[in-house]
Amino acid sequence: MATKQQKEITQQLADYRYGFHTEEKYEFKSEKGLTEEIVRMISAHKKEPEWMLDFRLKAYKIYREKPMPTWGSSYLNDINFEDIYYYIKPGGNKAKSWDDVPDEIKNTFEKLGVPEAERKFLSGVGAQFESETIYHSLQKHLEEKGVIFVDTDTAVQKYPDLVRKYFATVVPPRDNKLAALNSAVWSGGSFVYIPKGVHVELPLQAYFRINAENAGQFERTLIIAEEGSSVHYTEGCTAPIYTTNSLHSAVVEIVVHKDARVQYTTVQNWSRNVYNLVTKRAIAHENATMMWLDCNIGSKLTMKYPSIYLRGKGARGEILSIAMANKGQHQDAGGKIIHLAPDTSSVINAKSLSLRGGRTSYRGLLQVAPGAERSRSRVTCDALLLDTESSTDTYPTMQIDENNVAIAHEATVTKISEEQLFYLMSRGLSEQEASNMIVNGFLAPLIKEFPMEYALELNRLIALEMEGSVG
Amino acid sequence: MSQLVIKDLHATVADKEILKGISLTINSGEIHTIMGPNGSGKSTLCHVLMGHPKYTITGGTIELDGVSITEMEPNQRAQLGLFLSFQYPQEIPGVKYASFLRQAKNALLAAKGLPPVKIPEFVKLLKEKMKILKFHEDFLERSVNEGFSGGEKKRAEILQMAVFEPKFSILDETDSGLDVDALKIVAKGAMAIAKDTQCGVLLITHYQRILNYIKPDFVHIMSAGKIIKTGKMDLVEEVEASGYEKFITESTEVTA
Repeated sequence: MATKQQKEITQQLADYRYGFHTEEKYEFKSEKGLTEEIVRMISAHKKEPEWMLDFRLKAYKIYREKPMPTWGSSYLNDINFEDIYYYIKPGGNKAKSWDDVPDEIKNTFEKLGVPEAERKFLSGVGAQFESETIYHSLQKHLEEKGVIFVDTDTAVQKYPDLVRKYFATVVPPRDNKLAALNSAVWSGGSFVYIPKGVHVELPLQAYFRINAENAGQFERTLIIAEEGSSVHYTEGCTAPIYTTNSLHSAVVEIVVHKDARVQYTTVQNWSRNVYNLVTKRAIAHENATMMWLDCNIGSKLTMKYPSIYLRGKGARGEILSIAMANKGQHQDAGGKIIHLAPDTSSVINAKSLSLRGGRTSYRGLLQVAPGAERSRSRVTCDALLLDTESSTDTYPTMQIDENNVAIAHEATVTKISEEQLFYLMSRGLSEQEASNMIVNGFLAPLIKEFPMEYALELNRLIALEMEGSVG
Repeated sequence: MSQLVIKDLHATVADKEILKGISLTINSGEIHTIMGPNGSGKSTLCHVLMGHPKYTITGGTIELDGVSITEMEPNQRAQLGLFLSFQYPQEIPGVKYASFLRQAKNALLAAKGLPPVKIPEFVKLLKEKMKILKFHEDFLERSVNEGFSGGEKKRAEILQMAVFEPKFSILDETDSGLDVDALKIVAKGAMAIAKDTQCGVLLITHYQRILNYIKPDFVHIMSAGKIIKTGKMDLVEEVEASGYEKFITESTEVTA
């Protein structure tokens, strides 16, 4: 339906921008590590205006000054920043041949029923992806409404005023070291602009904009929803994305104006070699609604805390988070909500699953500033441990500086009980089927928030992860 | 015609022997009831028959239609036609009852090499059985046993019995925690299913009342891990009148 069309459409956009079918005009040898020289080359390669080059250079200086976070995960110590390509590396970032693609990835494609052509693309082996001319009619449809949906590089060229107005206003380079890094070397990502009063009914998908070249390494996404508008943006997919790049550090900035609504859905399934360190933040103005729906299944380490600043009176924020950590993985996820105005409300609902020694942690902040009277918030985090090797931790912070508010926090940690398993098995289900059923039930309240095709795929992927045939 | 044969069954939990040599044969269409004081091992027997991992069988065998199920996993036993109505049914949050019933039914069908149920037909079947057990339509959307009253849990167990059509049904104190009306519905429902499918029933109970609706062909009295007396309905009246003491004394005299 629209989903497949949109996948193809966004691929066309990526093709166009990244010149899959056109020759590179510039030739430069990219080296490992990051220097000011490389930042300049990136900007020149993209033919960026002066103001963006300036921005990158300032950010680079900040990146060099700032220390790495000392919290989060000991896996951070394993990242050698000098041993990474920050832009296009020789031979590209794709696997050299289908044979190089890890078996576990191939198996998952098989089990999820990913079509042949998509498999090669997702593993970066193939560059071609079939598209149809439906692309043109969707673009036309969006254009008619005044909606802009292009990759960020294009936006810098085509809509500089809009970009300059909002870029880095939600996540400034100074925010943290990884944000500074992204600000210096960002490439790709989506730019979405919804004009006043416009409602985009079909979810906009980033799916195939993940360019095989840099595989979404340092994406920078900016979404602006003008007054009274609404949009649902989705990124990622359940099929694993294989990349030889090990560091991914994206930044997503969202501005939701008065009475507008934005939902941002992510399904993250990066291959198990990836360190996924992301800064995602939204500002919600008066009576605006912002929802982050975040699902983390892949990567070796993910550190991601989607945030919402409730700046306008009556604004509402929701963060729904699912994290699953299998053997060797650490999902450090959660969310932050800051109430800055009266009559604001928020919900954080986080569920995590750990198995075979995997580790999940919930890290969250619920802050209510003075003056944010009559704020209401409910934070719930539930963890399910599937065996005694696995672990889960919770680091919730509540900072409430206003009396006239209603704040609730609940946390549970459970394991699959022997009695539950026996009950289900006594009805004819195998132990695997019974475990899957219990896990499904545990995640069900959050999974039902996903668009249906995602929900079905997610359930299948989770079942695969539990079987151990993946990774 | 099917047969469930329990021969000299011994079982322990945490190194303590609970079943000390139980022998019992149940044929299709027969209704057996086991009564006995608390701690006699009645519930243990139910769990051991179904294969609860906590118990270890230290002697004897269980055979269903000539196949030994003594070493089998609970799901394999279910697939061969054994069903246990739990005294304390487990909650499975987030899993809709309809979904659970369908998946379980499909697992049982698959084990027989049969195709999965067709959803519209299955829903029709469910609604039919739900009516008998006085369930409202929205019941199917509720999470398995979550927030169910005692009566609802027990009625739901019998609904499962109706849907899974087992060869042998073990009803573990199905009457406990039920009020007069709920008991009638559950008991009549179970009896009707048993008569309809000719499944063999092993009913564990404390009280006579349920036996007004589920008329047993055989009554057994269990004490300290053994069956000490077998008889017919008149045994029940004796127990109601004078308790278990008499039978326990008799049996120890015999073995002394």
